[in-house]
Amino acid sequence: MFWVLASVCCLLASGCIRSEPPADLTILNGAEPETLDPAILTGQPEFRIVIGLFEGLMRLNPKTARPIPGLADHFEISPDGRTYTFHLRTNLVWSTGGPITADDVVYSWIRVLTPATASDYAGQLFYLKGAEDFNAGKIKDPALVGVHALDKFTVQVELNRPTPFFLDICALPIAYVVPRQTIEKYGDRWMMAQPLPSSGPYELAYWRLNDKVRLKKNPHYWDAVHTQSDIIDLLPVGSPSAALNLYLNGQADIVWDKELVPTELVDLLLKRPDFHRFDYLATYFIRFNVTRKPFDDPRVREAFALAIDKERIVRKITRAGEPIARHLVPDGTANYLPVQGLGYDPAQARKLLAEAGYPAGRGFPRFEYTFNASAGGAAEIHQNIAIELQQMWHDQLGIQMDLRQLEWKVYLSAQSHLDYELSRSSWVGDYNDPQTFLGMFTSDDGNNRTGWKNARYDALINEAGGQTDLTKRAELFQQAETLLVQDEVPIIPLFYYAGVNYFDTNKIQGIYNNILDDHPLQYIRKMSPKPKVQSPN
Amino acid sequence: MYFIKRLIFSIPLLLVISALAFWLVHIAPGGPFDRERAPASPAIERNLEAKYHLNERVGKQYLRYLDGLVHGDFGPSLKYRDHTVNDIIAQGLPVSMTLGSLAFCFALGIGLPLGFFTAARRGRWEDYTGGLLATLAVCVPGFVLAPFLIVVFAIKLKWLPVALWESPAQAILPMIALGAYSAGKVARLFREGMLNAMQSEFVTAARAKGLGENRLLFKHAVRIAVLPVISYSGPMLADLLTGSFVIENIFQIPGIGVFLINGALNRDYTVVVGLALLYAVLLIALNLVVDIAYTWLDPRVKYE
Repeated sequence: MFWVLASVCCLLASGCIRSEPPADLTILNGAEPETLDPAILTGQPEFRIVIGLFEGLMRLNPKTARPIPGLADHFEISPDGRTYTFHLRTNLVWSTGGPITADDVVYSWIRVLTPATASDYAGQLFYLKGAEDFNAGKIKDPALVGVHALDKFTVQVELNRPTPFFLDICALPIAYVVPRQTIEKYGDRWMMAQPLPSSGPYELAYWRLNDKVRLKKNPHYWDAVHTQSDIIDLLPVGSPSAALNLYLNGQADIVWDKELVPTELVDLLLKRPDFHRFDYLATYFIRFNVTRKPFDDPRVREAFALAIDKERIVRKITRAGEPIARHLVPDGTANYLPVQGLGYDPAQARKLLAEAGYPAGRGFPRFEYTFNASAGGAAEIHQNIAIELQQMWHDQLGIQMDLRQLEWKVYLSAQSHLDYELSRSSWVGDYNDPQTFLGMFTSDDGNNRTGWKNARYDALINEAGGQTDLTKRAELFQQAETLLVQDEVPIIPLFYYAGVNYFDTNKIQGIYNNILDDHPLQYIRKMSPKPKVQSPN
Repeated sequence: MYFIKRLIFSIPLLLVISALAFWLVHIAPGGPFDRERAPASPAIERNLEAKYHLNERVGKQYLRYLDGLVHGDFGPSLKYRDHTVNDIIAQGLPVSMTLGSLAFCFALGIGLPLGFFTAARRGRWEDYTGGLLATLAVCVPGFVLAPFLIVVFAIKLKWLPVALWESPAQAILPMIALGAYSAGKVARLFREGMLNAMQSEFVTAARAKGLGENRLLFKHAVRIAVLPVISYSGPMLADLLTGSFVIENIFQIPGIGVFLINGALNRDYTVVVGLALLYAVLLIALNLVVDIAYTWLDPRVKYE
């Protein structure tokens, strides 16, 4: 009996042996990618892989994350800022052979906007003329959308209005160039096609669910001479302790997802030279549901904001050196002028609350603070912040708050249906511009989720959107944000996220920490442990 | 005949299970496309719903799902949009089944000898030590045992890898972590079974006939004592084969268990229903195997 079992065990175990060449670089990448289709991906783990597989007219400078020419060699912008003419490089080839042309660019963009593609982020191309109507099915003819191939190597784009960050958009996955024939042949499962034509520096060697994405160098990429590593493995890892163990045991070179830093150790780990902290475009904030009493009163909301000691939250709970936030848009955002915002002033907070009819919190109704539970390490942070806020508002304002922890999807549903009073929130910037943060609090935006509607705010954002003078535009955004975080306060910004990644800078080169936390794969390489000795002869 | 009848009856059972799972996951608040960031226009949401027929009534969606099922198509995953549920099962199930079979062998390989040994040494210190071990194995949950094993064998002693699924050595720790509970359970069931068998009349009769104690234990008592273990083995195997979220997550194993839990959390309707059905099929099939094994081991059992 025992021997039967033992031999079965050996047999089974031998089933999981795999032999394949080792990767030049192993990266722990966070969650399993939901998709590698540039038109439908929405998350950062996906983006970090797809940035290697496909390329758009523009790509990102690895140091600054600003757009630089990608498949386009150069471009012209019309004086009114509404027409962009891109000239493609003439040596562009798919990884499987065959030229990449202007028609491929047009196809890829129209595909994003086609209703049947059901792209979540199609909105990022709504700056194009006719794009939104085409996506909504109001116009059927793709020729009416503002993207056209003038000849084999020229793409012309017409925008609804001047859009200073449009080149940033051209470097987003949504604008990547994808292979038409493969997609038409395989439909929704085109990612599984073998071989898969790619337009970027890497090809997809294979993608095993929840196991590994392996990329191999695309020798036909226009800039292939500068691609640093031949084979890159990107592993989905869900647990921070597993990530840390794999890294410390030398089975991974780079860990670059913030969820993979054990929160309870973050302050200790950050003292190590191979742990790197950086600022990036993301804000943690609180939403008020202004349709519910007493939070319809701006004085109450301002009192709540003034009573929070944000310094204490980042020092005691988050502990990765997060800067405290007085405004929604992080400092360092391009085309941005910061606003004053609200500081920590409990005396003023009590005064405002008394003016609103609740001296020392007397008569203030009980209410709930809604936050989400999640499987990762971040859940504890939300809970700890909730408890801290509960204590602060109790001590400073004399009011009682209940905590309501919801499962992720229930939490999202509660937030979008305004089924909450106060709710924990966060936002990661899609591109480097105040628009990505401030646009969402206009009255009809699906991400507003506060019930706050302000005609003046809408007008300011709208005016900023049409402004070509970048200084004037920044001033308009500044006025709008003052309304948002200082006068009306439908939200309280708490802090800006700090990004953390870990890798040994003596071994790994080509990762530059930038405000978007984007790292093009083709620049990253591992130094060989033993440098080749040049023979004297 | 009896077994064929049972197979036929399992079809309506599966239908009920699929309908229930379909309905339950649809009435849960929040949908697969609720995200932290809302799409830029309501049209985008409508496009998504139209693509996956979520704009239809649940009943119609269910019939559409059944139609696919008849053709062996579990539908597209709503979360992992490049993949179908068939892809997910095809890639994840073999891994989970390998690990599950290993854990099953481990559970029997450790549990049966331990149960036999403690029964044979009843009331002595070996019995108490073995009993303590079995109780510990049952009480300590996987999410405690797994990190403990990693710290001791992977980090301190460096005998085994910390995680991943590429070489046989990487299967050892997850096998133990996953199988420990079942091993403890098997040991206790088998010990009880042995003790009961030893006191039963046919054993007394055999002993009176002058049969040797070893022969008695191995040949006669074991056959009866193993029955509770057999009936436990069916559900145990089904449980182990379908993967464990905790163990797969801790050891980074690309199995199916992670998908079931994440599917439910993500409201990935098709994945949840598909995996629930898969689990049901396995459970029904293995229970059938258990019953067949019963008739073979214990002549007193007959199914009509």
